[in-house]
Amino acid sequence: MSDRSPSVDPKLLEILVCPLTKGPLRYDAERQELISEQAGLAYPIRDGIPIMLVDEARKLDDAGKRGPPGAGDANRP
Amino acid sequence: MSDSVVFDRRAVRLHRERAARDFAAHDFLHREAASRLAERLDEIKRQFPCALALGAPGSGLVQMLAGRNGTTTLIATDPAAAMLSRAGAGRPGVASHAVADEEWLPFAPASFDLVVSCLGLHWVNDLPGALVQIRRALKPDGLFLASLLGGATLAELRRALIEAEIAERGGASPRISPAIELRDAAALLQRAGFALPVADSDAVTVRYKDALDLMRDLRGMGETNAVIARPRNFTRRGVLLRAAEAYRTMFADAEGRVPATFEIVTLTGWAPDESQPRALKPGSAAQRLAEALGTAEHPAGDKAGPPRRS
Repeated sequence: MSDRSPSVDPKLLEILVCPLTKGPLRYDAERQELISEQAGLAYPIRDGIPIMLVDEARKLDDAGKRGPPGAGDANRP
Repeated sequence: MSDSVVFDRRAVRLHRERAARDFAAHDFLHREAASRLAERLDEIKRQFPCALALGAPGSGLVQMLAGRNGTTTLIATDPAAAMLSRAGAGRPGVASHAVADEEWLPFAPASFDLVVSCLGLHWVNDLPGALVQIRRALKPDGLFLASLLGGATLAELRRALIEAEIAERGGASPRISPAIELRDAAALLQRAGFALPVADSDAVTVRYKDALDLMRDLRGMGETNAVIARPRNFTRRGVLLRAAEAYRTMFADAEGRVPATFEIVTLTGWAPDESQPRALKPGSAAQRLAEALGTAEHPAGDKAGPPRRS
């Protein structure tokens, strides 16, 4: 899955905040994530669609230790 | 308040993900509700440059909002990603999409001129909380317009299922979700800080071949039961067949078709702004009513208590 996924609308990025803390988000274009430092969560962007759900977000604590979440990481129950 | 958690939000999402594939075959109610919302918007001579479609199953609501009332930026959210990819299918660029839970809105304060929800808020546990978040996401004088399923929705099915379950199992379980009552709706808006709140309701009656046909349609809409206290095992076929029979006996018309009532409650409220009309402070009148009427003024007797003697 190396094809570039569609990019997120910049207007949307401007108004998105963390749903938990309502704090600001940092856009990580490389990993396709929106990072909430306050909540310690990274919200994934899939096919250009930000997934702003707390229980789909990656916890930042183990961010450095684990490899980047690949496409195969797509949460399947 | 944990005891106010009625709905299983994961189940709500799951039902919607599952329904997305074939939603177009079951979207008549959403289309009907969306066209009613369109009528409301047409009556409001205002421009809403930045609009949010909160809950966007199928393409109905997004297409309705695109280009209406001067909307140039349109954002569509849904708790289920699959519903969004349907909403945008074939029409890229109409709206920007984000997956969001109505109970946890991911938008900065004062982002939108308009927020529209079309039959998307009846699975929310904390409706007052969701309304407060919506009001905060609106710019001052921004409009919130929503249709919700009201308490009279599926009254026939509710009765038929209870009768069937009592007959089959000697007890009843919650199978149809609780819903908003019209008399509470405007008060809820007011409590959430909306100005000029209005709520009204309309009944839509749909005719089905039988109750099983209705249940298939509900599943297709993603409206399967998500009440936490719902029975988790599969409903026994006997209960369903008996319910269908009870439904027919109680409600069928001359041709043997059965009606299903959907109550659509429409809410409008505005984010407060200085420019809006408001009531004057009590006691701020400059003229006496009695003078205008040419009559004598009698005290209203404000003090409560037994009448004083001498």
